Amino acid sequence: MDPFCLKKLNEERRARRAAILLTDIGDGRDRVIRQGDPIAGALGPAVRTAFLSGRSGIADVDGRSFFLNVHLPPPRLVVIGAVHISQALAPMAKVAGYDMEIIDPRTAFATQERFPDVVLHAEWPQDVLEARPLDPYTGVAAVTHDPKIDDPALAAALTSGCFYVGALGSRKTHAKRVERLKLLGLADEQISRISAPIGLDIGAASPAEIAVAIIAEVVKTFRARELQPLQQLDRTA
Amino acid sequence: MLVSNQQTLDPLMTAQDWMSDGRDVAIATVIETWGSAPRPVGSHLVIDRSGNFEGSVSGGCVEGAVIAEAMEVIESGQPRMLEFGVADETAWQVGLSCGGRIRVYVERLG
Repeated sequence: MDPFCLKKLNEERRARRAAILLTDIGDGRDRVIRQGDPIAGALGPAVRTAFLSGRSGIADVDGRSFFLNVHLPPPRLVVIGAVHISQALAPMAKVAGYDMEIIDPRTAFATQERFPDVVLHAEWPQDVLEARPLDPYTGVAAVTHDPKIDDPALAAALTSGCFYVGALGSRKTHAKRVERLKLLGLADEQISRISAPIGLDIGAASPAEIAVAIIAEVVKTFRARELQPLQQLDRTA
Repeated sequence: MLVSNQQTLDPLMTAQDWMSDGRDVAIATVIETWGSAPRPVGSHLVIDRSGNFEGSVSGGCVEGAVIAEAMEVIESGQPRMLEFGVADETAWQVGLSCGGRIRVYVERLG
């Protein structure tokens, strides 16, 4: 691998931009292709398909074999609430390969001391999400228990096609939440996408166990999504 | 957010760090799988001349063999294609107990 290609590829990956490393497995030469780069000849369709599907693989073109390694941006997890659960969730999300950010306007909660190495926004969700919109590569977990903070974020997540939307709270709490979201103009169909009570049912009791349940559910939802039509990947890649 | 590559366990970021440190590096990539393969196409294992490695191309079944081949690839600079199948005393010394088959491309960085 050309060292320059590795640097360029890693630069694209750090910037959350889709890229393909194309290797001619006959002679070992490689190059980095960014989405939208013009690709001449028969390789063009293979490159376009790879960006759409996100699947790496071999393309045989004009008697030569190329390996296309597709690098799509890693999924992001936006957590509403700088609470105890989020403190356990942050390192788990990182190890699982998710870029995690936390939004909580309560400055007593959202401190760098409580969340070292995490992107923290000590602002209202609606303000943060206006500047940094959600997308289908993003999952949202609302865990503040405070409707003033959770509801605007949930509404934004449901209208942005986020691959995962979860909300902490009992069934009773959730029933009230559903009524409030209806008043905000959300359709039943959208509201039914919320995972509540949040997380896989593993009998979680402690904040750390709830974090395990949440990250497991996020991974499950993201992977299940790969089985759906792949065109939507193109929207954010 | 800046996190260390050790925390994110990203083989390609690790390879770049090692390269910056002046270490000789080989990159192994799963380029084809058949049947039940433990790691998907595109997965990387990166190896340095001292045998340090990061990432994986299987569930740990064939990494040892890939690392040994990587040493020779670092030496010669010539890429190699490796194929591993079901563990079988007669046909394979190392193999995948899961019953799948994988093809791994090993190349030197630079």
